[in-house]
Amino acid sequence: MTGRRILMALAAPVSAFTFSVLISSAVLIAVGTNPIDAWAEMLSFGMRLETLVETSNRATPLYLAGIAVAIGFRMNLFNIGVEGQYTIAALLAASAGAAVSLPAPLHILFIIIVAMIVGSLFSGVAGYLKVTRGVHEVISTIMLNAIAWAMVGYLMRTWLADPNDTTLNLKTREIAESGRFPNLNGILQTFTRDIKGGRELGGFIIIAVIAGIVFHLYLTRTRSGYDLRITGLNPFAAEASGVDPKATVIRAMLLSGAVAGLIGLPEILGDDFKYDLSFTKGLGFAGIAVALIGRNHPAGIAVGALLFGWLDSAAPILDVRGDAPREIVSILQGVVVLSAVVAYEVASRARQTQEARDTAIATATPTDTGSDKPEGEVGA
Amino acid sequence: MNPVPLKESRALRWMIAILGLVLVLSVTQELARPETTDLISAGTAASTLRRAVPILLAGLGGIWAERAGVVNIGLEGMMILGTWFGAWGALEFGPWWGIAIGIAGGAAGGLLHAVATVGFGVDHIISGVAINILAPGITRFLSREIFAKQSGGGITQSPRVESVGHFDVPFVSGGEIFGWATPDIFGWIDDRGWFVVSDLFAVASGITSNVSWATLLAIALVPGTVYVLWRTPFGLRVRSCGEHPVAADSLGVNVYRMKYAAVVISGGMAGFGGAFIAIEQTGIYREAQTQGRGFIGLATVIFGNWQPLGAFLGSILFGFADALQLRDRTAVHALLLLTGVAVGLIALRSLKRSQPVGAGVLLLISALTLWWYLVTDSVMSELPPVTPHIATLIVLVFATSRLRMPAADGMRYRKGQE
Repeated sequence: MTGRRILMALAAPVSAFTFSVLISSAVLIAVGTNPIDAWAEMLSFGMRLETLVETSNRATPLYLAGIAVAIGFRMNLFNIGVEGQYTIAALLAASAGAAVSLPAPLHILFIIIVAMIVGSLFSGVAGYLKVTRGVHEVISTIMLNAIAWAMVGYLMRTWLADPNDTTLNLKTREIAESGRFPNLNGILQTFTRDIKGGRELGGFIIIAVIAGIVFHLYLTRTRSGYDLRITGLNPFAAEASGVDPKATVIRAMLLSGAVAGLIGLPEILGDDFKYDLSFTKGLGFAGIAVALIGRNHPAGIAVGALLFGWLDSAAPILDVRGDAPREIVSILQGVVVLSAVVAYEVASRARQTQEARDTAIATATPTDTGSDKPEGEVGA
Repeated sequence: MNPVPLKESRALRWMIAILGLVLVLSVTQELARPETTDLISAGTAASTLRRAVPILLAGLGGIWAERAGVVNIGLEGMMILGTWFGAWGALEFGPWWGIAIGIAGGAAGGLLHAVATVGFGVDHIISGVAINILAPGITRFLSREIFAKQSGGGITQSPRVESVGHFDVPFVSGGEIFGWATPDIFGWIDDRGWFVVSDLFAVASGITSNVSWATLLAIALVPGTVYVLWRTPFGLRVRSCGEHPVAADSLGVNVYRMKYAAVVISGGMAGFGGAFIAIEQTGIYREAQTQGRGFIGLATVIFGNWQPLGAFLGSILFGFADALQLRDRTAVHALLLLTGVAVGLIALRSLKRSQPVGAGVLLLISALTLWWYLVTDSVMSELPPVTPHIATLIVLVFATSRLRMPAADGMRYRKGQE
C-alpha cells in the first residue's frame, strides 16, 4: 500500500519533468540543434565539483524562498509578496549590519534577526489587511511588492546609500568582517579535491537546512502547525474544532515573511557584504515555482530548489560550447512548473476517485451483512 | 422610470464631473508653488492616454476572465508574450500584423491558462503564477534565437519597430480631410491661455491630436466589451458561468466552452496591451518592459468593480500618475496639495456623519500631506509609479463593502459536481 502511494506520489513529478524535457527537446530540434548533445553536455559539465558547489549556492536562497511560500500555501494562503519582502529585508538587514559592530556570531545573528523581522512586518501588513478588512492576500501582496521596490529604490538613493561611495553604482556600506558568514570550503575539501576557480561553498546552506527541518517539525509536531495544516485542508472543520482562523492567517503570514527575510542573506552575508544594484531579483517568484514543484513539502522543495539551481549552474556550458542556446533552460523551468501543477492535480483527482472506490468497496460489504445482524439481535 | 431621461442625466453628470475635475486641476496648477505647467496640459493629456491604453487592455482582459469565473493572475505573462510577438510580427509583416500577432501570442497564453484551470482544474492563482514564470522564459529564448541574430537586436531587445500611424481629429485638432488641413480649434483655444477654459481645451486637444489608430481600437474595446458581455446571449452565458456555473449548466450552457472562450479573449486583450507597449509606446521590444502593468490592470478590475467603464477610469487615473512622473516632477508635487485638501474635505464629511475616529485619521493624513507639500519642492521619483498600487490598497481597505466580484470567481468548476 505504502509502496503504491510512494509510486503514485513520484509518478506526477517524474512525468512532469519528462514531459518538460520532451517539450524543450522539441524546441531545440525546431531551432536546429541536437537536444541529446545539449543534455549530454549539460550532464557532464553539471557533475563537476565546481558546478555542484554553484548548484548548492544557487539552491540555498531558492530553498528558503520555497519554504517561505510553502508556509502560506499549506493553508491556502498565497504569499505572492515574498519577492518584495526579501528585497526590503535584505536592504535593511545589510544596512543594520553595517551600522553595528558586534562579536562574530552575535553580529550574524543580529543581521538574521533584523531580516526576519523586516520580512515578517511586511508580510504582516497583508495578513492584517486580510483578517481585518477582508482584502485578498494575492492582490495586497502584489501591490505591496511594488511598494517595497519603491521603498528600496528610495532608501538606497537617500538614507542608506554609502556616503563614501564615489561610483554611480548605489550601494549600502559594507558589513564588517565579524558579520560575514564563513564558507564551507574547508569541510568540503576534506572529502573532495580542492575547489578551483575561487568558488566558495556558501555556509548559509546550513541555515536553509535548519529552516527546512524546523518547518517540517513545526507542521508535524506542534499544535500551531497542526492548526495551520488543517485550516488549509478544511477551514470550516478547523474553525468548528476551535482553531482561530484569523490568528492562523496572521501567524502564517508572519512566519512566511520571516523566512522570506532570510532569502537575500546568503548573498549579503556570504558574497557581497552589502546591498547594491546588482542584488539578485526574482528569487521570490522562483520560490513560488520551487514550492509548486515540491508540493510544499520540505523534501520536495529541496528537490525543486536543487533542480532549478543545477539547471542554472549547468546551462552556461551550452553557450561556451555553442551547442544550444542556454535560454532553453528557462523554457524547461517554466514548462516544469506548469506541467507539475497539472500533473499533481490529475494525480490528486485520480487518488480521490481511487479512495472513493476503496471506501465504497470497504463500506459496502460490512453494512450489508452488519445491518442485518444488529437488527436481528434486537428483534431476538 | 423612463430610461431616456436617466441616460441624459447620466451624460450630464459625466460632463459636470469632467468639468469639475478640469477646474480642480486648473486651480491646483495656479496655486501650486513651485510653479508647474504640466499638471494639466495637452502634452500630459496625450501622454496619459498613451500610458493608460496597455493598463486598460490588461484590465479588460481581467474583466473577461473574471466575469467567466477565472481569476487571471497570468495577465502579466500574457502581456509579456504580447510584447515579444507584437514586436516580432511588426518587424516581419508590418505594425498592424504586429498588433494581430501580439494578440495571438497573448491569446495562446490565455489558452494555456484555460487548459490548466478549466481543463485540468488547477488552482487559478497557481496556474497564473506558473504562466508568469513561463512567459519570460519563452521570450528570452525566442529573443536569443531571433532578435539576437538581427542587426540592432540582442538577447534582451529587438531592432526598432515601426508604429501603426497616427491621426489628428479633423476640425478640432487640425486633421486633414482629402489633403485639406482643417483648422486646429482646440489648439488655438489652448494657446489663448484663458483660465480653466484653455485648460479644458488643452486636454481635448491632447487627446485628439496625434492619436494612434491602435489607441482608438483599444478604446473602442470598452463599449465593445460592455456590448458583448451585457447585451448579447454569448455575454450573458459567459457571465452566468462566473456567477453560478451549476445553474448555467442546468440551463444548457456549455460552461467549459464559455470559460475557454473568455480566458482566451482575456489573454488576447493582454497580448494587445503588450503589443501596444512594444509597437506604439516604445517602438522597440525590451525585456521586462511591461513593468508589472498586467498587475496594475488587475488592480483596475477591482478598482472599477469588475465593470469595463470602471476599469477605463482606473486606467486613466493610473496612466495619469505614470505620465506626470515622466514629464514633470513638480506637477506631482502639486498633486500633494490637491490630495491634502481632498482628504481634508472627506474628513470634514466624516465628521458631519459623526464618525470621529475615521475623521481624525483622515484629518491627520490630510495635515501630513499638506505639511509634506509645504516643506518640500519635489516628490521623490519613486512615489508616482507606485501610486496605483497604494490607491488600490486604499480602495480595497475602505471600499470592500461596495465592491462586488462575480459570485463564483476563482472557484474550480467540474461538470456534475456542486
